[in-house]
Amino acid sequence: MNTRHITLNVNGTDHAIEVEPRRTLADTLRDQCGLTGTHLGCEHGVCGACTIIVDDAPVRACLMFGVQAEGRLIRTVEGLADGQTLSPLQQSFWDNHGLQCGFCTPGFLMLATWLLERETMIDEAELRHVLSSNLCRCTGYQNILKAVREAAKGLGKWTESAPA
Amino acid sequence: MKPAAFDYYAPLTTEAALALLAEHGEEGKILAGGQSLVPTMAFRLARPATLIDINRIASLDFCRADDEVLRIGALTRHARFETPFLPGPLGALLADVAHNIAHTPIRSRGTFCGSLAHADPASEWCCTALTLGATMVVANHVSERRVAVADWFQSLFTTALQPDELLTEARLPLRDESWRYGFYEFNRRAGDFALAMSVVALRLEGGVVREAQIGLGGVGTTPILAKDAAAALIGQAPGEAAWGIAAELAATCFEPTEDINASPEYRRDLVRAVTKRALRKAVA
Repeated sequence: MNTRHITLNVNGTDHAIEVEPRRTLADTLRDQCGLTGTHLGCEHGVCGACTIIVDDAPVRACLMFGVQAEGRLIRTVEGLADGQTLSPLQQSFWDNHGLQCGFCTPGFLMLATWLLERETMIDEAELRHVLSSNLCRCTGYQNILKAVREAAKGLGKWTESAPA
Repeated sequence: MKPAAFDYYAPLTTEAALALLAEHGEEGKILAGGQSLVPTMAFRLARPATLIDINRIASLDFCRADDEVLRIGALTRHARFETPFLPGPLGALLADVAHNIAHTPIRSRGTFCGSLAHADPASEWCCTALTLGATMVVANHVSERRVAVADWFQSLFTTALQPDELLTEARLPLRDESWRYGFYEFNRRAGDFALAMSVVALRLEGGVVREAQIGLGGVGTTPILAKDAAAALIGQAPGEAAWGIAAELAATCFEPTEDINASPEYRRDLVRAVTKRALRKAVA
């Protein structure tokens, strides 16, 4: 079988793995690195469930191959909490009922983590624009928006939209 | 939903990539952002035997204004344009267009040149490149050539690019300050492929339109120029009367196909609307 030996740096930890080039980064994280927090919904770039952060940019992990991520800094949902302490965003999801079945949650968390780490302030329009990338089949969007909005307020990143 | 097996190469230089393309011919496929190619492979609509990943070729990762042109290298991602890359109306246009391409994580990876090479009829960059008169720089393992955008789009997902060629760079002309630009697209859900879009460029002087281009996307197998609509603007004062005439001509300059998303009448109506709105935005 056509495989490669590569090392992936995920959440600061190196994983020396053997993987077929045809395996997506999402599959590689789950099956070769044993990090199953990254979920796969559609596997063709539509649902956003597999969103992770690679070199400070949000990406669809189903639209990259694992071999492409060698030498990159990969961040997944497993890296958000500090031990038993949730990140402010995760805590906000908890406090605001931002998850129902939880399947889409890792993708939303990573997308919103990237949004909150940007230097720019966030308003309602930008929040909705960025989060429109991901699907929640429970349709729990209102509380997802609320969770990210409240987290942004807590971090001093929120600004009210300019009047139209 | 898993791609079929392929041989994978990640060359570090353009020369090495072109040598691989020459060697593998039609079986070799360039992988840049992968935001269209990888889903196509996941569906197994594409099963390239060999992928040549250009993401590690540092010399293709550039975007700069040189003299009269904006030179956009093969690894320039959509996201590069979201905060205006250039001052003035052209930078604002490219930011507006980029902001409407798919979703944020797609824009982190997808590339400008990849969009032009893929040639989806609803691609925002394809419509923009046609309207602005882009030039493509393509290379194979022996030589380099330039292709005017008018000769680039041939049919659905088909361009002048040959199987042994790589689109290394796209060039957009940097026009003087009398030019204004506008873009508008319609889709049912945020981030979806547009059912219709328009990119317009207008040169205003002495209170009237002196030159104009109107591009349409999502309305046929390739982006098209609405030449009669643009010609009707020449000598006219910018405003609703002129926009209405141009929008009407744009709506009737193509033969709409009927598909699950739109009847011919509806698509004409969308073109009328997006053209008018793009024109309004150009002089707003």
